[in-house]
Amino acid sequence: MSSDRTGQGSIHDRPGPRGRGAERSMVPPAEFTSYYGHNVVKPSPWEHDIPAYLFAGGVAAGSSLLAAGASLTGRPALRRTGRLGALVAFSFSMVALVHDLGRPMRFLHMLRTVKLTSPMSVGTWILSVYGPFAALAALAEVAGLVPAGATQGRLRWAFRLLDRFGGPAGVVAGVTAPSVAAYTAVLLSDTATPSWHSAYRELPFVFCGSAAAASGGLGMIGAPVTQAGPARRFALGGALVELVMERRMERSMGLTAEPLHDGHAGRLMKAAQSLTVLGGVGTLLAGRSRSVAVVSGVALMAGSACTRFGIFEAGQRSAKDPKYTVVPQRERIAREGPTRYPDHPVGGP
Amino acid sequence: MFGKRNSLYGPVDPAPETGYVDAPARKGFFTDTSICIGCKACEVACKEWNDVPGEGFDQLGLSYDNTGSLNANSWRHVAFIEQPRKAAEEKAPPVELGMPALRPDGVGATDVGGAGGSDGAEAMDFRWLMSSDVCKHCTHAACLDVCPTGSLFRTEFGTVVVQDDICNGCGYCVPACPFGVIERRKGPQGSKNVGIAQKCTLCYDRLTVGETPSCAKACPTESIQFGDVEELRERAQRRVEDLHGRGVMDARLYGNDPDDGVGGTGAFFLLLDEPEVYGFPPDPVVTTADLPRMFNRATTAGVALLAGAVAAFVGSRR
Repeated sequence: MSSDRTGQGSIHDRPGPRGRGAERSMVPPAEFTSYYGHNVVKPSPWEHDIPAYLFAGGVAAGSSLLAAGASLTGRPALRRTGRLGALVAFSFSMVALVHDLGRPMRFLHMLRTVKLTSPMSVGTWILSVYGPFAALAALAEVAGLVPAGATQGRLRWAFRLLDRFGGPAGVVAGVTAPSVAAYTAVLLSDTATPSWHSAYRELPFVFCGSAAAASGGLGMIGAPVTQAGPARRFALGGALVELVMERRMERSMGLTAEPLHDGHAGRLMKAAQSLTVLGGVGTLLAGRSRSVAVVSGVALMAGSACTRFGIFEAGQRSAKDPKYTVVPQRERIAREGPTRYPDHPVGGP
Repeated sequence: MFGKRNSLYGPVDPAPETGYVDAPARKGFFTDTSICIGCKACEVACKEWNDVPGEGFDQLGLSYDNTGSLNANSWRHVAFIEQPRKAAEEKAPPVELGMPALRPDGVGATDVGGAGGSDGAEAMDFRWLMSSDVCKHCTHAACLDVCPTGSLFRTEFGTVVVQDDICNGCGYCVPACPFGVIERRKGPQGSKNVGIAQKCTLCYDRLTVGETPSCAKACPTESIQFGDVEELRERAQRRVEDLHGRGVMDARLYGNDPDDGVGGTGAFFLLLDEPEVYGFPPDPVVTTADLPRMFNRATTAGVALLAGAVAAFVGSRR
């Protein structure tokens, strides 16, 4: 907060040039007023569980896609990495989501209604459909690792069932996986948090790109180079989409892009960009060397994680500073007049 | 849900829109800040009636405001703004604001608290704005829209209420609210409903037995007026015209217009300065107005992801 507190009550503030962010700001500085510099909207009460889930959910979704493809094209090592990676990432996601609740014991209340106006409700049902199939595919993978002699005991029927349904379950998980990766962008954007809402046009593409980069990276780590070709292509495409759409997103966000450049969030976004570029370049060479593939995969996964944490943090910061709520609304009033039905405003709340 | 006209944006009567048959008239507050004296009776009455826990006394150093903001443990919040008086107002003629204690020297009634009644003292070079803030009970309530459990619901009175036994504390309503009202209760330890979203209920329990909400009941100047929203809107319009007629050109209504970005609010205000001076957003729009577009973009991105995965395999040589 750059406001000085000399005045009593309303503070006239000038969002002036500040650090590197100001150079990139598309919006000329404007004066604004606030109540003692207090935030207008409240930041979400979410802690690091949520950005960690955004990352893990993306890894799970992309891994299920890769596993389904690998299963259909006969790439067993890539299939194994995808299925097991998806299960681990999905399990972590569930723990994070429940842990973040104010009343974790009531997590099943999420299932007492279906509500299309709530991206969290939609997401809950998406995960409820995706999760069991991803888990079944992973179980089949684990069962496949059991030595043949051990599968003839009293649980013989279970092994046979898994063997039979693991493949189809993996395909269902793969088909439902893109919604797991994409809905989380709506989850953030459907808020009054300035830097999340104003990003709604491009954020789904950033998140889906990030999911492809991270899961492709995991595939490159887990599968030998001979089988990891699709993972490399998937990762490379994802990294490109993530980088390009992130830039477009910042351009369309106006003043609310500023928190993506400043402070902790700014450092995370910078790291995300460097790691994704590094991992992407490495991916081009990863077909020849497993160690290059592993390093590139790690870089891509780390880059994806930094993107999620960076965007999360930037939103939290934008909610805590009244500038990002008041100035864009004031600018909209100056441009279009106050919002009046049936005209729909351009931009956010 | 998306199919119905205006279900996410625009003017509607919320209770019938939700499906209530023969709903009573929509209830709300008209808070006329021009006659607020900053006594905080509303804050106290609300806490007492609704058993809202205190968090100890905290000196914030914000004029007389030691509450700070609307939050889980403050469902009414009186803002105090000490403001250098604008030149235009100094020239304005004395104004009778309908307050019991107007001083003969004609300093505006909102200045009463600070002057200590010392006649003949030099006219103050600032004015004191006081305003009792509360949940707006929006026509299009983002908190209610995004609640995944159905804990937040629309009452037959058109108000928005949390069901404490349903809420699982997901916290989604908190960043969704364009006014920064609702919050997950963090403490104090041992108090009820910790971890659950909390906000003004417009005294739902009192409404169901025909009683006035406790804050409005306690307000000694009738700055907080309770009633049917339609009637309150007309009353507010008359009041602002009256003030304009008396030269108080700063007077304006906030939240009364059913065509605004949240479809009008059930609790609306008469303000004497720009909304952001009081901590209000100047032009709030319910976030879910953009939700169909958000889902469209996400669907496109998801399909692209699936296509990308297919392409990654189709294009790969073994």
